[in-house]
Parts: sequence; C-alpha cells; structure tokens
Amino acid sequence: MSSHKKSSKIIVLIGAAMALLTGAAFCAGEEVSFNRDVRPILSNKCFACHGFDKHDRKGDLRLDQPDGKDGAYRTIKGITAIKPGSLKDSELWYRITTTDEDEVMPPPKSHKKTLSKSEQEIIKSWILAGAPYDNFWAFVPPAAPKLPVVKNQEWSEQPIDYFVLNRLEKKNLNPASEADKRTLIRRLSFDLTGLPPTLDEIKAFLADDKPEAYEALVDNLIARPQYGEHSARYWLDLVRFADTNGMHKDFYRNNVAYRDWVIRAFNENLGYDDFLRYQLAGDLMPKPTNDQLSASGFNRLHLIIDRGTALPEESRFKNVLDRVTAVGTAFMGLTIQCAQCHDHKYDPITQKDFFSLSAFFNNIDSDPETRGRERNGLQAPFVSFASPEQKAKLAEFDKQLAKLDGEVKTAKQAAGDEKDKEKKSALAKAAKSLQAKHTTLQKQRNSFDNTITKAMVMKERADIRPTFLMNRGQYDDPIMEVPRGTPGFLPTLKKKGKIASRLDLAEWFVEPENPLTARVQVNRIWQQFFGIGLVKTSEDFGAQGEVPSHPDLLDHLAVSFIKSGWDNKALVKQIVMSKVYQQSSLATPKHFNKDPNNRLLARGSRFRMDAEMIRDQILANSGQLSDTMFGKSVMPPQPDGLWASVTMTGQRFKPSTGDDIFRRSIYTFWKRAIPPPQMSIFNAPIRDSCISRRERTNTPAQALLLLNESEYLKAARTLAQHVLAKKTLTETERFRIIYETVTSKLPDAQEQETFSKLLADLIVSYRNDPAMADQLCEGLTMPNAEAKAQLASWTLITSTLYNLDITKTRE
Amino acid sequence: MNPLFTESSVLQSRRSFLLNSGMGLGSAAFASLIPKAIGAMASGGESPFTAHHKPKAKRVIFLFMAGAPSQIDLFDYKPDLHKLYKTPLPESISKGQRVTAMTLGKEKLIVPSKFNFSQQGKSGLWMSELLPHLSTVADDLCLVHSFQTESINHDPGKTAFCTGSEIPGKPSMGAWLSYGLGTLNKNLPDYVVMPSARWSGKVNVQALYSRLWGSGFLPSKHQGSAFQSSGDPVLFLSNPKGVDASVRRRMLDSLDEMNRKHFSEIGDPEIETTISQQEMAFRMQTSVPELTDISDEPKEVLDMYGPDVHKPGSYARNCLLARRMAERDVRYVQLFHRGWDHHTRLPENLTGQCQDVDQPTAALLKDLKMRGLLDDTLVVFAGEFGRTVFGQGNIKPESYGRDHHPRCFSGWLAGGGVKGGMHFGKTDDFSYNVVEDPVHVRDLHATMLHLLGVDHERLSFPFQGLDQKLTGVERARVVKEIIA
Repeated sequence: MSSHKKSSKIIVLIGAAMALLTGAAFCAGEEVSFNRDVRPILSNKCFACHGFDKHDRKGDLRLDQPDGKDGAYRTIKGITAIKPGSLKDSELWYRITTTDEDEVMPPPKSHKKTLSKSEQEIIKSWILAGAPYDNFWAFVPPAAPKLPVVKNQEWSEQPIDYFVLNRLEKKNLNPASEADKRTLIRRLSFDLTGLPPTLDEIKAFLADDKPEAYEALVDNLIARPQYGEHSARYWLDLVRFADTNGMHKDFYRNNVAYRDWVIRAFNENLGYDDFLRYQLAGDLMPKPTNDQLSASGFNRLHLIIDRGTALPEESRFKNVLDRVTAVGTAFMGLTIQCAQCHDHKYDPITQKDFFSLSAFFNNIDSDPETRGRERNGLQAPFVSFASPEQKAKLAEFDKQLAKLDGEVKTAKQAAGDEKDKEKKSALAKAAKSLQAKHTTLQKQRNSFDNTITKAMVMKERADIRPTFLMNRGQYDDPIMEVPRGTPGFLPTLKKKGKIASRLDLAEWFVEPENPLTARVQVNRIWQQFFGIGLVKTSEDFGAQGEVPSHPDLLDHLAVSFIKSGWDNKALVKQIVMSKVYQQSSLATPKHFNKDPNNRLLARGSRFRMDAEMIRDQILANSGQLSDTMFGKSVMPPQPDGLWASVTMTGQRFKPSTGDDIFRRSIYTFWKRAIPPPQMSIFNAPIRDSCISRRERTNTPAQALLLLNESEYLKAARTLAQHVLAKKTLTETERFRIIYETVTSKLPDAQEQETFSKLLADLIVSYRNDPAMADQLCEGLTMPNAEAKAQLASWTLITSTLYNLDITKTRE
Repeated sequence: MNPLFTESSVLQSRRSFLLNSGMGLGSAAFASLIPKAIGAMASGGESPFTAHHKPKAKRVIFLFMAGAPSQIDLFDYKPDLHKLYKTPLPESISKGQRVTAMTLGKEKLIVPSKFNFSQQGKSGLWMSELLPHLSTVADDLCLVHSFQTESINHDPGKTAFCTGSEIPGKPSMGAWLSYGLGTLNKNLPDYVVMPSARWSGKVNVQALYSRLWGSGFLPSKHQGSAFQSSGDPVLFLSNPKGVDASVRRRMLDSLDEMNRKHFSEIGDPEIETTISQQEMAFRMQTSVPELTDISDEPKEVLDMYGPDVHKPGSYARNCLLARRMAERDVRYVQLFHRGWDHHTRLPENLTGQCQDVDQPTAALLKDLKMRGLLDDTLVVFAGEFGRTVFGQGNIKPESYGRDHHPRCFSGWLAGGGVKGGMHFGKTDDFSYNVVEDPVHVRDLHATMLHLLGVDHERLSFPFQGLDQKLTGVERARVVKEIIA
C-alpha cells in the first residue's frame, strides 16, 4: 500500500452527467476524493492489468500505488504514466482519452468500456490537483471522526444525525419530518422482532405521550425473545445455514444446535467479539461451554458430499475452501476466495495469503465426506449435551443392555450345550426372546438418545495436517507448504504458542486495530435497518466494492461499537434512536426516482419485507403464530411433489402437523436442493453460499404466492372468523379491526368505501354460488349458507389486505 | 384501455435499472422487466433488445440427460474395440486420468458396446441401434464427440454444465439469457424447467438442485420456473378452492384501487410495480393453462411423440410442451431426464432410457421443423460427462457398467443456425481422449450464446468485484466450424 501523504481533497464541480448517482459516488458540489472517486475507476478499468497481481501486470506499470519502479509516477523510456499536476505529461491521460483503437485504455480486447466523460473529468481534476494517493480506506483502522459542523442545530444531538445532516446540507437538502406514531411502532416492531405490533400495543403507544415513550418501546422490543429470532435470521443467510448436505443425495444435516445458539446469543446480547471467537474457535476455548462448542459448528455449515463417488482428497479440499470463503465473507467482508487460483486482481491478497489462511481450517478431525445418511444428521465430531439426569438415564440403559447382553450369551451357550432336543428348542426360544428384549431396549436407548441435544463441532487433529499452496487452486497440485498466517496488508497475527491456532486467529480478528471486523459488522446492522448498507456491497469491502456513502459515520459506528465492548444491542439502539431512522418515508415519485435506494437518507427507508417477515406477520395477525422457540426444524405445508420432482426416488416431503406448521419461519426446514417456495419466491437464498444481502425483486410469482397460497388463505379466514364472531360489531367496525390488524393503520373514508363495495359484490357472488362458499369454508361447521357466504366474503376481504403493497413493505 | 401498460410502468424497474445501468447488456435487462410493447416504446432510438450481433437462434431447448449417458453405446462408434474385449486399457491412453472412488485401484478392462451402429441419413452419421427414431433425423444433428469437462462427479458436473462453474452460487445459462436478452413473451416466464417425473433407468439416480436453474447473483426474477408435473404447473397458479375467476377479478380491481391510492400518498413507484405484477399473475392464470393444455393437439401429432405423451410429467409430454413453449417464444426451455448413471447393468438400463427419450426427441425436432421453428430454435442434447471405455461391475459381453468419464463425451446440437448431418471433434480409438477439436463445456456455452447473438465476453454482471460471466475467466471459444 502506498503511504504517500498529500491532501486528497480537491474542490471540483462536475456537470449533470453524475445526476443519477446519488449514493456513495461523487456528486456535484463535492470534493474529489481518491478513495471515493478515483480508486473505483482505476480499480474497475485498470487494475486487472496494472494492479496488485504481478503475474498479469502489463507494461511495468501498477496504478494501485504511486511510487516504486512500477508505480504510477514512474518514467520508463521517457514516458511518465502520471505526472502530478500535468495532463500533458501524463501518458495515462492521453491513453484514457484517445480515440485511437491501438492506444486507448482500457483496450478493446479487455471488453471493458472506456472511461465516460464524467469519469475522465474525475481523473483530470485529480491529476491536476497533484494526483494524490491515499491508503485504501477499508484497510486503515477506523479512528473516531470529529463531529461535523451542521447549520441546523435544532434537529438532533446524536452523532448519527450529525453525519447524515452534514451531507444533506452540502446538497441543500433537509431531512424529512418524523414519521407518525403508527408508522413508527410498525417500523420498530418489524425491524426489532420481525413481527407486527398488536392492536393493544398500538393503542398503548398512541396513548403514551411521554417524551420517553419511543425509547421505552425500543427497550421493550429489544428485550423480547423474538428479537433474537429475527436478528439470527440475517446471520443464518450469511453463514449459509441449512438442514441438508447440499450435495449428491442431499441428506439431512443436523445444524440445529448452532441455529439455536445464534438465537440465544443475540437475545443474551453476547458481545460480537465473543460471538466471533466462539464461532471461529469455540472448541479451543479453555474448558469450552456447550454454547462455545455449538458455536464452533460455524465451521461445519459448508456443503458436504456423501461418500461413494467423489475423491475424498478433493472433497476435503473443497470443504476447506468453503470454510475459509465463509470466514472471508462473514468476518472480513472480502472476496478472499478470488486468491485461490492466483493473486487477487484488486485487493492485496496473494495466493499464498489465501492458503495460509486456509491452513487454520485444514486440520479438522473429521471425514471429508458423510457416511451416507448419518444417524440423526450428525457427522463426527459432535458432542452430546446430556444433562446429569439424561446421562444417568443413558448409563442405566447401558447397564441393562450389558446385563441383557450377558444373559443372551449365557442363554445361547446353554442352548448350544444342551443335548436334549426338546429342551434345546425351549432354551433357544428363551435366548431368542432375550435377544428381542435386547433389541427393543437398544431401540429405546437410541430414541431416548435422539432427544438429547447434540452439536456438530470443530475439532483439531493431534498432528497438524500440512497445508500447501496449490498450483492454480487445484486440489492435487501442491507447490509448496505454507504456514498458518494472515494477509500481510492487515495487522500482524500474534500467536500464543509455536504454531498459530484458530483461537489466535479469532483474537486477531477482534483486535481493535483490525480495520475490517467492526466496520463489516456495523455496516450489516445498518443495512438491516435502512435496506442498504453505508457500504452497499456489504459482502465486499475491497477495491471493487462500493465506497461508503458516509465514511465518517461508518467509522463512528465502528469505533463506538468496539468501545462499547462490541455491544450489538447498544449499536442497534443507537441506530433506531437516531432522528435519521425516525424520518417519514413518504416522498414524491421524483424524490424516489432521484435517490431510489435512499443513499442520502433524506427520508425514512421503504423496502419490501423479507419472505420470513411476510409469512410470520400473516400468521401473527391471524393469531396462529406459535411462540415455541428452538429445536428440530419444522415443515409447514408446501405444494405437493416439489421434493419428489428433484430428489432421489422415494424422498417425499411430509408436512409437520399441529402447532409446528405455525412456528416462525426461522425454524422452517431448509432443504438446499429445493428450499421452501414460500421463502425462495421472495428472494430467500438457497443457502449454498454465503449471502450478506438479499435481492429484492417484485415478480408475478410473488403475487401468485400471496394471492393463492393455501396457508395464507387459511390465515385470512381465521382472522375473518375472529371478527365475525364478535356479534355486536358493525360492518365498518369489523373492517377497521382487520385493516388495523393487517396494516397497523386505520382506513380512511375512501378505503372504507372501496372495501364496502367489494364486500357487497363478494357477498352477492357467494350467495349466488353457495357451493363456492362451501369450498372456502371447508373443514368448518357453519350454521347456514348465509354464514358461509359471509365468512367467504370476509376471508377475501382479509386476503385483499394481505396483498396490499403496504402490507408487505416496511415503511 | 389497459391502465397497466401506461408509460409510467417504465419507472417500475428503476431499482434494477440502476443496478444494471452502464454495463454491457444490462440495459436489455432493464427492458426485460417491462412488457414487450413498452420496451419497444420506451427504447426510443436504440432497441433495448439489440444483441451484440445478428442472432441465428431466438430460443433454446436444452435436453439435459442427467447422470451422463454412455457415448460409447450411443454416439461414438468404435468398431475395433471388439478385438480388445476384457483386455487392460493401455497405460498410454489412461495415463494421469482421475478416476472416481469407485474405480480407484481397480483393473481397467475394456468393454466394447454390445449395441450395433449403422450409418443414417444422407449424411451417413453413425448412430446406435438404441436410437432408431433419432436416426431418422440424423441429417439435422450436429454430433459433437469432443465435449470435455473437469468434473468427475455428478453434482459438480451438472452445476458446471448448467451454470458454467462447479462452485454453487453462479447463475444458470437460462438466467443469463433472461437477464441479457429479456423476455419475448409478456405472459409467460422467460425460462422454464421441466424435470421428468419418471424414467426407466433403475440404478443410481441423483438429486437435482434448484441451483441448476437458479439465478445466482442475478436478480431472482431471472431464475427458471420449474413447471410441476402434477398440480399447478407454476407454483400457486390456480385460484384456491372457493375463489373463481370472477371473484378474483373483482378482488383485484379493489386491490388495484387501494394500491393506486397508496401510491398517490406514498410516492414510491415500487407500488406500481406491485400492481403490474399482480396483473401479470392474473394473465398467467390464463396463459399457462392454455400452454399446458394439450387437448387441441391433433392425434397424429400426439402419436408422433409416442404413447408416453399422454402421461403428465413424462419426457414425451415435456417435449411436446417444449414445442408449445417454442411457439409462444419462451426463451429457454430446459428438460431434465434422470437415470443415465449406469455403473452396473448398463445395457438394460440404457435401453430403457433410450426408449424414454428416442421417439419424443425425434418428434420434437420434426414437429419444430414442420412449423418452421427449427431454424431459429437451438436444440441441445447432452449429459454432464461421458462414461469410460473400461467396464465396472461384473463384466460380461451382454452386461456391464461404465464409470464417469469427463475427458470426452458426445452430445448433439440441432437447428438454431447449426449445421446438420455432421460429426464434429474426434476421440481416440478408445473414446478416451479427444484427439481433434476439443469442445469444453464453456466452449459450448460460448457457442450457444453466440448463436443467440450474444458475445460471451460481453454478457457480464458485476458481483464480488468482478464482471462475472457465464464462461468465467478461462478462455472459451465459439466453435465456428459447426455454425451454418
């Protein structure tokens, strides 16, 4: 990295070409910053051939640093790549602006577009200002930034608001007004628990006009167990949590203990440093607790093949790569897997760095493939968390089994020794019956044992398996052995023993000077609350990722996060207490189009909820949602034949029954071959790779799901039944209850009228076609045809509200 | 007037537009979110559907034979092997070859195909007796004998074949095309997948994974729609029991009204997208059943596909549906037929598999041709790799098995701008190594994209710091020799 120090800020005005880009990018009236404006252009257009990777470097020129014999300021044969302050003497300027096909950069054969006018303008201003380089922002430890000066001193005293307001004021914009209380409680409830507020909660919040009402609500929500379930869900995407192997026959893989630990960790507000330590190296903690062991199951969440056809050595290699890729995405926010086959093209990660890092994860004491269908989905190493009572019961089983075993042997012996035919037959019969008893008892023991929580864990082998740098990343082409280590451009790893351990690596991650760990995490949390991170590419903080929209805010959050003892709940509270967060999301279409992703934060964010929130709110609103936590994953009904259409012959989906079909979606069984459609249709990932942010699309398949899914319609019917059961209510009152339950708002006169007409038409339809009403009321005992017509119509009314855009959107 | 297709719906996809703007074919992806008529209207001068060059094919039907059929018994005729029955495969041929755990350390004895081959059509292509119907359209086939892949196991092999990479998480080819070329039919998905519900091969059947038709890092609207063989072909397509079409229409009208009101208050154009997607869903409730209802097919057409065509979920039915989709301009149709993994009892299992696919596949080609659709429909037939010349299991002349073989395998292309009646690529006398004109899977991908008017180097999407491509970072070649 360069350490060239010059002022990197230049004032420059750029034309309307940049009007579309309102996010992290350079805007009219702002200063050119090397990190924000220049490096992304150089990285995207130049670094592939003039960057860090020396193998592919062309023309003895690297543009990722200014100095050195290959550096940007170098002169070779009288040609200077960049002459600070002079366009005329900078070959680079000529090359990016010429129309000569043989000379222009990037060259046509690279299939990269040449620089746009506005990109050229940025480079021009930068060169003229002396072409100052800066260290890459994400690789410099965050330091607490000074609070900026803002004109509007009235708005807020909170740091978050200062940083956001500062950028708004530079663009002559004002923050939006505060959202109304109904919107606020709905927003907070969804953001903190993934569930809608109840009518009573809304009522209480509206009635509470104390100034602390909002904060009290925050404290209340953040302390609920549903907070942990909701927070864990994002983490499970990131670590590709699932319930099956994800390869070949896609057998069951029991990761339940890990999932339950994540939920508890969020609820108990485990510090993020320990959260990370336990996952990377819980097994290496002194006298590890059950939680620490469960957490180390992070290293077991990769895809795994069942034995039979693959080559074990290749499978082992792939498992290690998958593990280290997950570490890169989850804890570093870097695409380190790019350095598997060659040095990284954009970030200073060598191929050796990659394999050195992988060496920490190459020593698991485990088979590289599962033994087909593993019992209870557990592949060694795993541990049992039997309580003392359970242990005693198991010991009792074992004692009895041993005794029976002896009796069987004796009986068999006796039968064998007996000469008398009749007696022999009787003795043999007795032996057989004893054997049967043994088998039954063994089965009982196994099924009892299956009820005891067990966790797949990480475990080191006694002798360390050597790790090699593999030629072109091929599993069978070692070049040289590499020691365990971390990339050279990041702080030095401190090791406690002779050989660095995974625990040392975990400690290295949570050293305050590690520039990535805190930034990557606070950015993900921010993304949760605004729909998009301060760094939009939350999975990539490298040169090809996006630079932060508010760099100082990001650093403020990172530094305060570390200072707080990596306190997740404190971070969350800081965010939701900000005025920025509490802004109204109403705007004009013009404003939405100008800043569609709300990067400037001039309003509250509005984005479609995730699949789980959509399903959970429908269950919650109909009063069906189960509050049972933890345990074996469940299978809510899905259309017939989905598993059968892709899996091995004979594997069939069998829906759960009873309360289990109303469990929160985080407990839904995740089959990697074909995840539940209620989830995947709304952009839930397959969970076969680490995903730090979900796509949000809007498709006809989603419309069909919300309109026609049978469980969702049943939920609508349940809610309709509930209001119809209240005999004294008027039609208007009923509608108000349903509308408020579903949207947390009250209908106005126009909505009331739309609904009234719809209801009238529906009732006519169902009266005229009682058979159709019968179908909708299937399974219910109803007094008469009119009652059925009423329920059918109200069911459709409720379903209509489920399909409103505002219902599936967090506003 | 249909209010759903006012110009304002162009705004609907602003998020995707920003996502894609400024890169290669991305602007086409923008257009693909908009109904066709609007796309044309909104595009002004430059059509958003402009391909990189003039396409020869408009659409693809990919017949994927999951499990890897034996090229030696179907397409790659090696008459001299009979002399070498049960002799060891020469080291000079197998040297350095990776084998699966099943073969590791075992003796490799040559087993010739027990099936007869003969020359077919004017072109005289050598075809196996297992494919009598396909033999009748030999002059339309471009038989490639030199396919290659790195994978020796099904899961990575299929993933590589469908997504260009063994590592899960990449978009499938159909998703790339949906993203890059946009939709041709506003009432149906761009990309439909139809796995057979049954097959004759009774050994070693692997699971399929939805990642094989997934959208990877592309917006998930581009993922394949897997049509179901029972129940709704498209998930949640039918109105639930107790809701008929008129009730649904009435409900949607009020829903529209309320959503529009909210749009006027909130201002977020995303609400308009929701409205238009709900209307599209309503239209699909008509267009999809119309597509899958084959009652209007004349008897002679049904007969051509064979008796299985009457069974929903059969490969034959899916071939017929593929033709109906081609007629309706579905961009990419992919059939998956499983049951080709013949490590043991290959002859009987392969015979059954060929009975599943031979007649319907030939019928599909003929049917497309009769309707003038073969010219711009590219049909591809292949498995994820080939099978070894050496036998597995208890080897007898009449009964043997074969292991996985990635070094060479055969498949074919037809229609869509490809030369018919030709062999391309050569293997050695053992069908073990390619000796002429290798075609790597990514070369096949590059060629398919080329036929569709797309330069594989330029169809890209930025993800994790790279301009990601279907063909990845290694060199891929358009096989110009097979293009008509």
